[in-house]
Amino acid sequence: MLEGVRRAVAEFLRGGGTYQRAVESFTRELQRELIRADVNVRLVLEFTRRVKERALKEEPPPGAGRREWFIKIVYEEMVKLFGGESEPQVDPPRTPWVVMFVGIQGTGKTTTAGKLALYYSRKGYSVGLVCADTYRPGAFEQLRTLAKQVGAMFYGEEEGRDPVGIASRGVKALVERGAQIVIVDTAGRHGYGREEALLREMEELASKIKPDEVALVIDASIGQKAYDLAARFKRAAPIGSIIVTKLDGTARGGGVLSAVAATGAVVKFVGTGEKLEELEVFRPKRFVARVLGMGDIESLVEKIRSLEEVSRLEKDMEDIVRGKMSLRLVYRQLMAMRKMGPLSKILQMLPGFGLVQELSQERVKLGEEKISRWLAIMNSMTYEELDNPEIIDRSRIKRIAQGAGVRVEEVRELLSYYKSMKSLMRRLRRDKRLLRRLGLEV
Amino acid sequence: MRRTPSSQRVARKLEMLDKLREAISSTTASLKKRLEDIIVYKDVTEADLEEPLQDLVFSLAEADVAFEVAEKIAGSIKGSLIGSRIRRGEDLGKVVREALYKSLLEVLSRPGRIDLASMALNRCGSSRPLVVVFFGVNGVGKTTTIAKVAYMLKEVGAKPVLAAADTFRAGAQEQLKKHAERLGLPFIGGSYGRDPASVALDAINYASSRGLCSVLVDTAGRMHIDSDLMDELRKIVRVSRPDLKLLVVDALTGNDAVEQAVRFNEAIGIDGVIVTKVDADVKGGTVISVTAAIGKPVIYLGVGQSYSDLEAFDPQKFLSRIL
Repeated sequence: MLEGVRRAVAEFLRGGGTYQRAVESFTRELQRELIRADVNVRLVLEFTRRVKERALKEEPPPGAGRREWFIKIVYEEMVKLFGGESEPQVDPPRTPWVVMFVGIQGTGKTTTAGKLALYYSRKGYSVGLVCADTYRPGAFEQLRTLAKQVGAMFYGEEEGRDPVGIASRGVKALVERGAQIVIVDTAGRHGYGREEALLREMEELASKIKPDEVALVIDASIGQKAYDLAARFKRAAPIGSIIVTKLDGTARGGGVLSAVAATGAVVKFVGTGEKLEELEVFRPKRFVARVLGMGDIESLVEKIRSLEEVSRLEKDMEDIVRGKMSLRLVYRQLMAMRKMGPLSKILQMLPGFGLVQELSQERVKLGEEKISRWLAIMNSMTYEELDNPEIIDRSRIKRIAQGAGVRVEEVRELLSYYKSMKSLMRRLRRDKRLLRRLGLEV
Repeated sequence: MRRTPSSQRVARKLEMLDKLREAISSTTASLKKRLEDIIVYKDVTEADLEEPLQDLVFSLAEADVAFEVAEKIAGSIKGSLIGSRIRRGEDLGKVVREALYKSLLEVLSRPGRIDLASMALNRCGSSRPLVVVFFGVNGVGKTTTIAKVAYMLKEVGAKPVLAAADTFRAGAQEQLKKHAERLGLPFIGGSYGRDPASVALDAINYASSRGLCSVLVDTAGRMHIDSDLMDELRKIVRVSRPDLKLLVVDALTGNDAVEQAVRFNEAIGIDGVIVTKVDADVKGGTVISVTAAIGKPVIYLGVGQSYSDLEAFDPQKFLSRIL
């Protein structure tokens, strides 16, 4: 019934061209954008194939522009790669907790070790730093200075030549001195060619000190090599988390996505500046926006989501008009109302909202508090009662009221609201003229 | 002589036949040639190029050539190939690859060359040493690169002074100082927080008073969008009046390499580029991106952790390696 209207409106909003062609050209554009953001080319092709598939299978909800809708799909798929929208768990599940840093030369491991030490110190942990970089001149002094600046314990051997020995002695010593979190800073390495041996050294480090967490520190500006590098590192040590550095530059950070795909590790922190406080817990939403080169992706996604909600509502409306009224419908709509604010406002987005206006008059009056109580009441009902409220007799009312912790009168009020809705529907259905005016066939 | 007219007729007929044969054969020849042309050669059209060029852009991007640069290269190849004729059956992909080689060689050779060693040698014993200042974002390997360049200059007999004008990052002073000690070269540093420009000036004075050939100045790594710090770099340039301003870029950098090169070039004017970490199994697209973006030559490639791991950049050798 409403299908026809919906399709026409959707067609109109979508603009010209066939849907398929729109998907094609969007996919191409997305590929360029992701490659420009340094996401691994193979990964881009695979990713865009998935997005395209979804875009062709699903349809934008009415009222949503194609482009926005496509971007929402891209957003969701990409957030999925990062393991969802929620922020990562950064508190150690137990102490002492040993984190070993690994990464390429110049990614900022040592600076990040200082930043992370400060982050955990401020959370009340006692933190220790171990310098296991025996190659880079100045590495020892740098970490010792940082430890002093952030008030962390420090272990290093100035003229040491054996990183594995230093690391295990360091972890032991600092734990004995009461460190709850020990961060082991290792030498930078890329592990190719003549550096193959350094990769084996990393392997040995990981197996000797058995860190609770191996963190890959990665530069936001890294390009195509990110995937292969991360995969190689992963083979040498169990990479569990990723820290992104230098996000204060202009790089979009697509290489991080490659590293995540190659290791399956979670991104925990991002470095956003030169100062030691400039370390933040990773926020997937924000990062995805950056990779896509879009500022405010969040409100766009919210908008599309509420439009999708509306189209579910619309389906309910159809059911109501068809006479398939039940308390389940009432329940869903109350939930929707609660999530999205005043129903009347949302319903105006629907095609043929004149019908809805008459309905909504009734509902808009409902206060927030009443919604909560009614939801509680319905939560105490059986499925049978929800689908077929006519069976609710006096004893059932009593049981439901007790279950929901409300007065019997309130259950009765809900039931009478339901009845009045139902009779309104019946009247509407008889009034063919009105429905026809809305473009609906009955 | 009744035979004469007849023999003349015969002769004429023969002549005509000859002419006819000739005409026919010339027509067939031109027909054949035209046919051959159509069968053997074909004009290259835009549609023919679409797929090979699309593949080209992807493979350049995979080699870390910045996307814009890859598209520009593909565009110039398209321009040079459209309307040209190739033998039918000839692999268009091969034609595109040849055009790519030419186009990249042109990009890489156009900026000319810088011979750092002889520039420094020319200054030995003069009152003014060759002043080279190194720039770059954090972590590209500026300090290590300076140590390598210092080693090279020392080897050719153009002894340098090392100046640590990075007074910001913890450990930066010690890092360069240790290199200087290992190389047996004079080192001029400054306490953390000191004005970097004055450190550079000290080193220049030190070198000129002793008749040393060159001064290599290390600056603090910084994000190219940090305007305060970029101002600091401008001040170092103003005070030390370098002969060469070299940008150090990490070969692992993706599309951001262009951004880095352009911004440093705009802020202080870059004379040449050194690309580091080339030994990390990179395809080397960064070299192409940077050169294409600012039109300045790549002078050296950093290819390892030892002092001798600095390779003079040779466009042809480089291309044969990556293509």
